Amino acid sequence: MQEAILTARGLDLYYGENQALKKIDMEIPERRVTALIGPSGCGKSTFLKTLNRMNDLVPNVRIEGTVEYRGQNIYQPRLDVTWLRRHVGMVFQKPNPFPMSIYDNIAYGPRTHGIRGRKQLDEIVERSLRGAAIWEEVRDRLKKPALSLSGGQQQRICIARALAVEPDVLLMDEATSALDPISTSKIEDLIAELKKQYTIVIVTHNMQQAVRISDKCAFFLMGQLIEFGDTTQLFSMPQDKRTEEYITGRFG
Amino acid sequence: MKRILKGNGQNGLAPKTKGTRAAFETGMNLLFFLCGAVAVLFVLFISIYLIVSGLPAIREIGLAEFLFGDTWKSTGKEPQFGILPFILTSVYGTAGAIVVGVPIGFLTAVFLSKLAGPRVAAIIRTAVELLSGIPSVVYGLIGMTVLVPAIRTAFHLASGATLLAAIVVLAIMVLPYIISVSETALSAVPKEYEEASLALGATEIETYFRVSVPAASSGIAASVVLGVGRAIGEAMAVMMVAGNVANMPSLLQSVRFLTTAVASEMSYSSGLQRQALFSIALVLFLFIMLINAALAVLLKKGKKS
Amino acid sequence: MEQKSKRRVLYDRTLRALLWFCAALTCLLLAFLIGYIFVNGIPHITWQLLSTEPSFRSDTIGILPNIVNTLCLILGTLLIVLPLGAGAAVYLTEYAKNRRVVAAIEFAAETLSGIPSILFGLVGMLFFCEVLGWGGSIRAGILTMTIMVLPTIIRTTQESLKSVPQSYREASLGLGSGKWHMIRTAVLPSSVEGIVTGYILAIGRILGESAALLFTAGSASILSANLLQTLSSSGGTLSVALYMYVSERGELEVGFAIAAILMMLALLLNLSAKVAGKKLKR
Repeated sequence: MQEAILTARGLDLYYGENQALKKIDMEIPERRVTALIGPSGCGKSTFLKTLNRMNDLVPNVRIEGTVEYRGQNIYQPRLDVTWLRRHVGMVFQKPNPFPMSIYDNIAYGPRTHGIRGRKQLDEIVERSLRGAAIWEEVRDRLKKPALSLSGGQQQRICIARALAVEPDVLLMDEATSALDPISTSKIEDLIAELKKQYTIVIVTHNMQQAVRISDKCAFFLMGQLIEFGDTTQLFSMPQDKRTEEYITGRFG
Repeated sequence: MKRILKGNGQNGLAPKTKGTRAAFETGMNLLFFLCGAVAVLFVLFISIYLIVSGLPAIREIGLAEFLFGDTWKSTGKEPQFGILPFILTSVYGTAGAIVVGVPIGFLTAVFLSKLAGPRVAAIIRTAVELLSGIPSVVYGLIGMTVLVPAIRTAFHLASGATLLAAIVVLAIMVLPYIISVSETALSAVPKEYEEASLALGATEIETYFRVSVPAASSGIAASVVLGVGRAIGEAMAVMMVAGNVANMPSLLQSVRFLTTAVASEMSYSSGLQRQALFSIALVLFLFIMLINAALAVLLKKGKKS
Repeated sequence: MEQKSKRRVLYDRTLRALLWFCAALTCLLLAFLIGYIFVNGIPHITWQLLSTEPSFRSDTIGILPNIVNTLCLILGTLLIVLPLGAGAAVYLTEYAKNRRVVAAIEFAAETLSGIPSILFGLVGMLFFCEVLGWGGSIRAGILTMTIMVLPTIIRTTQESLKSVPQSYREASLGLGSGKWHMIRTAVLPSSVEGIVTGYILAIGRILGESAALLFTAGSASILSANLLQTLSSSGGTLSVALYMYVSERGELEVGFAIAAILMMLALLLNLSAKVAGKKLKR
């Protein structure tokens, strides 16, 4: 068993009166792809966002229990959220490059964290774009606006932007659901490549995708973690009846 | 059908048959079109009127003499009609108001759209609305009774009615326009941009200033241009605090703006002097048209992105 | 765990402080303006001031004529601009099919709203007072103000018409209504609060206007015998009277009293616009 990089313990999350997550216990292994699956509204995206505290932005949200990143509780009051988010990066469902040039998009994170040198930035931009397998496509137009690219390219720019701050973990919130099949398969290949270096947690509503790319898989239902295990195991012989019903397509 | 007829019958325009009904609808269409056309006619009318009444004096005085002459002595024995002092005063006064008003207004707008909770935001929004609802003569009155004496004592002047006083009053007067237009632009920035920035480990403040503000830049620029238009067109408040002497502009001297040049002599002028006032109005109008065009371009750009 | 660099912390704190400072400054500024006007103005609002004409013989000042003039100007302007502005807005949202025509009208309205009031005053004076020979008169002021507030009325009415759901229109047309009948029975009634908001804004604009009115409606403070005479004679509104008393006669106390009245009216208008706006949202 690989060592856990992120550990949730007894995690409860409430939106006002509504409890969206119920006592989640989960260990996410390092340098593996962990997929979170389940019907819409099951809490899988909410759980993902607790891992880098993006839920803080939602008004009236209340969180109990702990999430540990490399042994540190990320919900301790003195924790610097910017530090956490730098190490636990995120890619969103809809590609959201800034309305700036490709170069400035990638350089945004490093610049924020205090890197100013032109040469150093050039290096980071190239390395990140290569890492996101889009360098060859955009190397001649780094000064062009990122929004002029296609949706699939934009999403890889967003991945490159996330890689540029050298994170440990990459959270992907249905990162391919807004894309066409060809772009999707490019990003799936990219994920397989990225897991050599990064820990990846991906929310997906596409079960074939979960089977294709993930090592571990977690099934959520109505705010609860129903089953968590090796992907092959979970899909071939689910332990819980509800998991079986879901993966065989009986609901959701 | 019957009920409809009755409904229309109330205004005595009841269409009886299909033909009359079609004619009735065409008539209404035409009527509403005329209402819309009135706005266009007004603009054409005002433009043509200002041009026609503004040109004769310029022709008589000479364009260069008029625009670049630095002496305005409209009632002297040998009258001189140089409006450079007015043009420069208007430009300096507006620039001053923008330099003072824009930073405050812009930062308030950022606070309002990003940092303020719903209650605080409601308070500030009301304050901004009220500021824009204060009549310009009231600004003038307060400027006269608070600002002008304060400037006199602070700088040991004979009179505090100066360009500086006008700049401060104008800065306050453009504030609500700057705030409300900038805020609209900032609030329209997609949440996704801000989320992406936060997820990269930027702080809220870094996100607002390095992502939201650049994304709203054309709207913010539009707010500045709108402020320029308001400042350059203001007459009464400025008339009450600027002293109204046709000097070349200097911060601590009494000055006269393009607007106040028109307003201050209009009631008793005649002949060439009067026509020269129309020419000043034409110059002011051209400034405003230029600003309007810039504003339209910026707003269009903002909508596109 | 590493912490943010000192530079970043400083940047964050400085800007955050600046944002709070500027927002507070804006609010304090307003509080000061309102407070200053009320403290200096309210003590000088007397029944005599509100209910008499100014008299040189008894050396008293009264603003009753200016109140009457202001009311006449507001009512007269609204009466004309109501059908005109609403009509233009109805044309733009309901009838117009040619995009160029719409663009031209909207551009014209924007241009009008950008023209400084002193220029309206000048053209109004030249045309209404001199070419038409009306002299400085309330009716010249009314027509000038009509042109000035038209863009406001068009814009607000247009916005509220746009907010009427398309289904209302379809439902009405589906029942066999003609277009005008549909507009009158289905569209206009459900956008009435938005239209009212526009008129409240217009009233505020007329109340506060001085430059344009000084040269068209004049600045006299005399009561006329009847309405017709009022319309055709010179008359200063409250704002114009404030300017005249302060600048020409140095009567600061009267100026502050009028300013306080104008501020109270502005507060009242803001409040009513809010109420109308809230109803609109519902």
